[in-house]
Amino acid sequence: MKLNMRGKHKLGALAVLLLIIIGALAYYLTHHTIDVLSPTGIVAQKEKHLMIITTLLGLVVVIPVFILTGYIAWTYREGSKAAKYTPSWDHNFKLEFVWWALPLAIITILAIITWRSSHELDPFRQLSSNKQPINVQVIALQWKWLFIYPQQNIASVNLVQFPINTPVNFQITSDAPMNSFWIPRLGGQIYAMSGMSTQLHLMADQTGSFDGSSANISGRGFAGMRFSAKSTSQAEFDKWVSRVKQSANKLGFDQYATLSQPSENNQSAYYSQPATNLYDSVMLKYMVPGFRMGQPTGNLSGMVHNHAY
Amino acid sequence: MLGRLDLHALQHGPVELVGIASMGFGLLAAVVALTYFKRWKWLWREWLTTVDPKKIGVMYLVVAGLMGLRGVIDAVMIRAQQATSVGVHHGFLSSDQFQQIFSAHGTIMIFFLAMGLMFGLINLILPLQLGSRDVAFPFLNATSFWLFASGMALINLSLVLGEFSAAGWLAYPPLSELRYSPGVGVDYWIWSLQIAGIGSLLSGINFFVTILKMRRPGMSLMRMPMFAWSVLGAMSLVIFAFPILTATLTMLALDRMLGMHFFTAEAGGNPMMYVNLIWAWGHPEVYILILPAFGVFSEIVTTYSRKRLFGYTSMVIAIWAIVILSFLVWLHHFFTMGAGSNVNAFFGVMTMVIAVPTGVKVFNWLFTMYRGRIKFSVPMMWFLGFIATFTVGGMAGVLMAVPPADFQLHNSLFLVAHFHTMIIGGVVFGYLAGIHYWFPKIFGFKLNERLGRYAFWCWLVGFLLAFIPLYILGIMGATRRLDHYDPSQGWQGLFIVAGVGVAVIMAGIGFLLLQILVSVRDRHHNIDVSGDPWKGRTLEWSTSSPAPVYNFALMPEVTSRDAWWTMKHAKQPAGPIEYQPIVMPKNSYMPLLIAGFSFIAGFALIWHIYWLAPLAVLGVIFAVIIRATDEKTEYKISAAQVRKIEEGLVA
Repeated sequence: MKLNMRGKHKLGALAVLLLIIIGALAYYLTHHTIDVLSPTGIVAQKEKHLMIITTLLGLVVVIPVFILTGYIAWTYREGSKAAKYTPSWDHNFKLEFVWWALPLAIITILAIITWRSSHELDPFRQLSSNKQPINVQVIALQWKWLFIYPQQNIASVNLVQFPINTPVNFQITSDAPMNSFWIPRLGGQIYAMSGMSTQLHLMADQTGSFDGSSANISGRGFAGMRFSAKSTSQAEFDKWVSRVKQSANKLGFDQYATLSQPSENNQSAYYSQPATNLYDSVMLKYMVPGFRMGQPTGNLSGMVHNHAY
Repeated sequence: MLGRLDLHALQHGPVELVGIASMGFGLLAAVVALTYFKRWKWLWREWLTTVDPKKIGVMYLVVAGLMGLRGVIDAVMIRAQQATSVGVHHGFLSSDQFQQIFSAHGTIMIFFLAMGLMFGLINLILPLQLGSRDVAFPFLNATSFWLFASGMALINLSLVLGEFSAAGWLAYPPLSELRYSPGVGVDYWIWSLQIAGIGSLLSGINFFVTILKMRRPGMSLMRMPMFAWSVLGAMSLVIFAFPILTATLTMLALDRMLGMHFFTAEAGGNPMMYVNLIWAWGHPEVYILILPAFGVFSEIVTTYSRKRLFGYTSMVIAIWAIVILSFLVWLHHFFTMGAGSNVNAFFGVMTMVIAVPTGVKVFNWLFTMYRGRIKFSVPMMWFLGFIATFTVGGMAGVLMAVPPADFQLHNSLFLVAHFHTMIIGGVVFGYLAGIHYWFPKIFGFKLNERLGRYAFWCWLVGFLLAFIPLYILGIMGATRRLDHYDPSQGWQGLFIVAGVGVAVIMAGIGFLLLQILVSVRDRHHNIDVSGDPWKGRTLEWSTSSPAPVYNFALMPEVTSRDAWWTMKHAKQPAGPIEYQPIVMPKNSYMPLLIAGFSFIAGFALIWHIYWLAPLAVLGVIFAVIIRATDEKTEYKISAAQVRKIEEGLVA
C-alpha cells in the first residue's frame, strides 16, 4: 500500500507537469502562427482537414488503450485482494478477433481516405479555377531559390509573388543537392531534384506574405534558404511585374553562372529578361552529357517535358 | 604513401578538441587501471578472445553504452545550438560542425547504440532461453562483435583524424557525392557502416540458425518464448535487409572512389535510386530494432503479471505480419519525391496496415495483465511508459502515412519527434527494461530498484518535455537540421523547453549510471542465489545467475510453453545427479585479428592509401584460412569438473 501512495504522489506531480505543459501550449497557440493549422490556401486547407480526420480516427484506438491500460494496471496490481487471478487463462478467440478486426476496420476507412486524398491532393494535379494559372519555374540553388516567370519574362530570388485566388503552377528542379520546396501555409512540400522536374499546384485564398523554406538538407547554407511567398491582388501583382520588368539586372546565362555560385542568406533580388529556356537548360545540364548552359536546346526541350512525367 | 592523409587532418576547433580530450582521457584511464590492477591478461583471456555469447553480450552492452553517451552528448549540443542560435546570435557551432554532429548522432544511435543493445541482449539471453549451450557459430559470433567494434572505432577516429559526414545519417546523394562532399567525412560514414553492417549480417545468420537448429528437443517453434520468436523475425529481416545496405554503400563508395555514376545527378546516375535502396534497408531496420524490444516486453509482462502470455498465436502471427509488411512500406520515407498518386497511396495504405498487428500486440499485452497479479517493478514501469509513448507515436506515424498529410509534415520537426517517440519510447525503453530484468542473470546480482524508478521518471518526463515541443514546432513549419533561424518565427521558446527536456533525460542517464555504481557496491546484498529472482517462466531462469560457461549442466526438458514454470510446478523426482562431460569452443584471437585488418582496410580506403587496403584485405583472408584449417577449436570439461562447478555454485 505504501508503494501505491508513493505512486499516487508521482502521478499527481506528473499531472501538474502536464497541466503546465498544456498551459504553455495554449499560450503558444494563441500567440504564434501554427503554419500548418492556419492555411491560407485551398491545398493546405484540405491537408489540414485530412490531418484532423486521421488524428480523430487514431484516437478511436488510442483512447481505449489508455483507459484500458490504466484500468487493468490498477485493478490487477499486486496486493489487490479483490481482483480475480487466472494465471493460465491465455487466449480467447472472440476477444482476439475484436482487436484484429477493430483496428482493421479503422485502417480500412483510413485506406479509403488515403486513396482518395492521394489522388485529389496529388501535387502534380492542376487546381480548377476560372482564372488563368500563373506558371512559375523554380530552381533550387546553393543556397537560394530562383523563380522564373516565363510568361511575364521576369525572375526573382527568394521571393515569389502571385495574385490571390489564382492557381500557381510551380515546376521545380535543382541545380544543387536535393532540396524540398515548402510553403506550409499554402500546401505541402515536394522535392527539388537535379535533372528532374517536379510540379506543385497551389492557390492562395488570402493576401499576405507566407514563409517558405527548403525542408531538405542541402549543405552548409541550407538553414538560410528561406523565401517569401507573397499573395497580392491582381492589380498589385501586375504592378510588381511591370516594376521587375524594368530592372536593370538581366538574367542571361552569364549572370546565371554567377548567381548559381554558392552563397548564403541571400536577400531577395529581381531580374528582367531571363534567358530563354533557362529552366530547360538547367535540366539538360544533368540529362545530356556534355551539354553546356547557353547552348541552344532545340529539340532537347521536348525531352525535358517528356521526362517530367 | 599516405594518400590524402596529412597534418591538416589534425586541425580542429575547440568543440572537437574537447571531444578528443575526453576520449583520450577515457582510454588513458582504462590503460592505467588495467596496468595498476594487473588485469591485462585477464582482459585478453576472459574478454578479448572469448567466444562465449554471454561475455560477447556484455561487451556489446558496454560498447553500446559508451556510444550511447557519445550520441547523447551530440544530442545535447544539437539542443543547445537550436535553443541559442537565433537572429543575430549564431550559437557555438558552425553550420558544418552542427551538420556533422547531427549526422553522427543519428548514425551512432541507430548503428552503435540501438543495434548494440539489441545484439547484446540477444547474445546474453537467446541461447539460455532456447535451452542451448551456445549459439550455432560461436567463432562467427565473436567475429561479428569485433566487426561491430571496429566500425565503432572508425567512427570515433573521425573525430581525431579528419572529419565526419555532414550529409545526415543516411547521406542522400547528390549531397553525399564527391561534387558536394569532397572530404573524408562521407567515407568515414560509408566504411564504418560497411564494416559494422557486415558484422550485423553475420549475426543475423548466426541467430537465425541458432533458433532453428539449437533449440532443446521438445521446444517446438510454437513452444518458444516470445522473445525468441521476435528475434527470429528480426533476424529474418537482417538477412534480407542488410545485403541491400552493403550493396548500396558499395555503389556510393564506387561513385566516390572510382568516379562512377550510380547515384550522381549527372551522367546517367540517379540519386533517387539510392534513396529507394537505402530505405529498402532502412525501414526493415527500424523493425529489426523494435521487434526484439517487443519480445522483451512480452517476457516482462508475463513474468511481472505472473500469468501466461495472452494470445500467443496472435502474437506470432503479428510478428510475421510485421516482418512481411516492413518490406512493403519503404516509399513512405519520401512521398514528397513526386511519385504518382497510385504509388503513394499504395505505400501509405501498407504503412497503416502495420498498425494492425502492432495494435494486436498491445491488446495482447494488456490482456496478459488482465486478471494477473501485477508487480510494478522497474521493467514494468518501462513497459507502461512504452505503451503511453508508443501508441501516441504510432498515431503520429499513421498520420504521416497519409501522403497528402505527409507533404505537410515530412522533414519537419514533427517527423523528428515521431521517430524519436518510436525509438526512445519503443527501442530504448524496451532494452532498458530488458537490461534491468535480465541483469541478475547476467551479473549475478540485482539492480537497485529505487534508482531505477528515479531514472525512469526522469526519462519519461524528460522525453515529454523534449519531444512535445518538437511536434508543435513541426506544425509551425520548423524543418529539421536547422543550425540557425529567425526570431520572427517564434520558435525559440519551444526549443528552450526541448533543451530543458534533454537536461532531464541527462538526469535520467545519471541515475542509470548511479544505479549501476550503487548496485555494484551493494552486490553482496542484492546477490541472486536462486537463479530465478523474479519467479520467471522461461529456461534462462532455470540455471544459476550468472550462468556457467556451458549454460546448463543438465539439459532441461521442455514439455510446454513457459518451460521453466512447468518444471518448477512439476514434482521433480529427487535422485543422484549424473553429470556428463561437456564440449565447448576454445577462445580465439582470430576474430580480433580479422576485425583489426578490416579496420585497417576501412581506414586505408577512407584516406585513399591504396597500397595498404589490399594488404589488409589479404590479412582478413589469411586469418580466415588459418582459422578454417585449425582442427583443435574445442575443449572438453570433464564430468568431475562440471560437478565441481555446479557444487560450487550451490554452495
